[in-house]
Amino acid sequence: MSGVINRAWLLTDAPASRTQAAWGRRYRLWCDFRANPLAMSGLIIAVVLVVMSMLAPLLATYAPSAQDLANRLATPSATHWLGTDELGRDVYSRLLYGGRITLGMVLAVVILVAPIGLAVGCIAGYFGGWADTALMRVTDIFLAFPRLILALAFVAAIKPGISSAIFAIALTAWPPYARLARAETLTIRNTDFIAAVRLTGATAWRIILRHVAPLCLGSLIVRVTLDMSSIILTAAALGFLGMGAQPPSPEWGSMIASARRFFLEQWWVPLIPGIAIFVASLAFNLLGDGLRDVLDPKQR
Amino acid sequence: MKRRFGRLAGTASSLLITLFGLVLVTFLIGRVMPIDPVIAIVGDHAPEDVIARVRVELGLDKPLVIQFGIYVWQLLHGDLGHSVMTSNTVVQDIQRYFPATIELATYAIIIATLIGVPLGVLAAVRAGSKTDIGIRILCLAGHSIPIFLLALMSLLVFYAKLGWAPGTGRADVGFEGMDPVVTGFLTIDTALAQDWDAFHDALAHLAQPAGVLAYFSMAYIARMTRAFMLDALAGEYVITARAKGLSSLRVIWRHAFGNIAVRLITVLALTYAGLLEGAVVTETVFSWPGLGQYLTVSLLNADMNAVLGATLVVGLIYMALNLLADALYKLLDPRVS
Repeated sequence: MSGVINRAWLLTDAPASRTQAAWGRRYRLWCDFRANPLAMSGLIIAVVLVVMSMLAPLLATYAPSAQDLANRLATPSATHWLGTDELGRDVYSRLLYGGRITLGMVLAVVILVAPIGLAVGCIAGYFGGWADTALMRVTDIFLAFPRLILALAFVAAIKPGISSAIFAIALTAWPPYARLARAETLTIRNTDFIAAVRLTGATAWRIILRHVAPLCLGSLIVRVTLDMSSIILTAAALGFLGMGAQPPSPEWGSMIASARRFFLEQWWVPLIPGIAIFVASLAFNLLGDGLRDVLDPKQR
Repeated sequence: MKRRFGRLAGTASSLLITLFGLVLVTFLIGRVMPIDPVIAIVGDHAPEDVIARVRVELGLDKPLVIQFGIYVWQLLHGDLGHSVMTSNTVVQDIQRYFPATIELATYAIIIATLIGVPLGVLAAVRAGSKTDIGIRILCLAGHSIPIFLLALMSLLVFYAKLGWAPGTGRADVGFEGMDPVVTGFLTIDTALAQDWDAFHDALAHLAQPAGVLAYFSMAYIARMTRAFMLDALAGEYVITARAKGLSSLRVIWRHAFGNIAVRLITVLALTYAGLLEGAVVTETVFSWPGLGQYLTVSLLNADMNAVLGATLVVGLIYMALNLLADALYKLLDPRVS
């Protein structure tokens, strides 16, 4: 019964308050999103991955670094669900803990990068003039390197490891967000409602923070979600090339790197973390595609 | 005329600034590294005075700004320093390794275009059908799969299990260095020498890495083709063409596709630039002696001159390709002013 009332409350044509209107809009977006099976499967996989990595200590059947040299490179069985690696460590347990590293890296990069890109783009777009020129030139410089290669050079210069990998990926990830936010800001800047806000005496910062930035969020979220998959792939490539997470860390890319020697005979050992990377990256791609259809229909 | 000149000057100056930034970033990365370049050359146990002398020789005792000036000066003279690992100049090394990467990337983009464009068109023409969904999933998988996994699996299946493909590298040992190097492209050099056995060997070695890279870029090409075609097919001129009773093949390829070809060229240039990145990982797996492998091997040996030289060269090419994409678009599409 209450469900029906809630639905009616959400879908009313005459919302009584701002909150009701906002939630009504969100609910409509959710209904659109839910109707897309590919997007929903992306969401479900992503949620499952997050939950599994969060509950890794509960779900793991072995400690991720517990070695059992007598039982190296075992095939998947009842005792070791996904087999064991070259040191007899349980691959399933390592995958779970590796998920924490991978998803943690994604989260860290996004938290670092999205606000910076949004700020740079909004400021450049809103103020224009030399601020725009200067900020966009800096953006161009970082866009001039292929992502993985700049990240590689950067990690090599600092020190291979998870935190420098996060920093290096962040360094290469922000420019597209700045570009995007700037483009959105340019279209919003000259609208009537911004002119109205300006006439009421609002400062430039207030306009950017309260009126421009929120409107850039939709396309930014889409871009961030799609980007998560490329962050996962870059992090894994860094790990695979020995420049990201270092062994014995159960990061998926470095798991493949250390199992690579055995792939002609015990091919499942590098294949399993590879599938994990593929599934995680696919999930965010599906989710991002679905979000784009809902939040940014003109981009289709 | 004056306006056009002004725009050209604007583009040129922004290009110069980007170029300058590119060099500055590479320089700074080289200077923040914890490895002492002096120790890297003379070794840990060199006496103090040798270390001091080499430091002065390398100009490392000077302020950072002066060092940057020297770095730029050397760059302008085509000097990227010496590689500690190969003891050649970095420029020589790059000249040696680069053709292999270009050859690989070129074959990859040709394969990717020949498959990706028709797939994209097909998906757009049958939008919403099972074919469309299938192609979309194929493309999504291409976006999502780590390229090194694809490379490893390809080696496992085609080399180890089926025995269809030769192993890693560019050529079998017996063919290496047999034909004169003209272009640096093995497939062209062997053909010029009319050494058909070596030619077949080179092609066979190319097939796997080029195929893996091609799948990676095909996903992007097909996806963009589909999006552009959907746009074009909704155009009124397409409806007119259909109403005139033209065959649907002619409408699709002459009228709709003809209009997106320009935009596709831009996509291809960008994809080619993206291949440089994919090449790093692919070359490592296939032991392909190209710039990507040079970069990763130098990285693991902390050979900083080589790393920075390769990074800079890749950055420059990447930039040039982006510029080319932009220029082609403006040149070929009269609607863009």
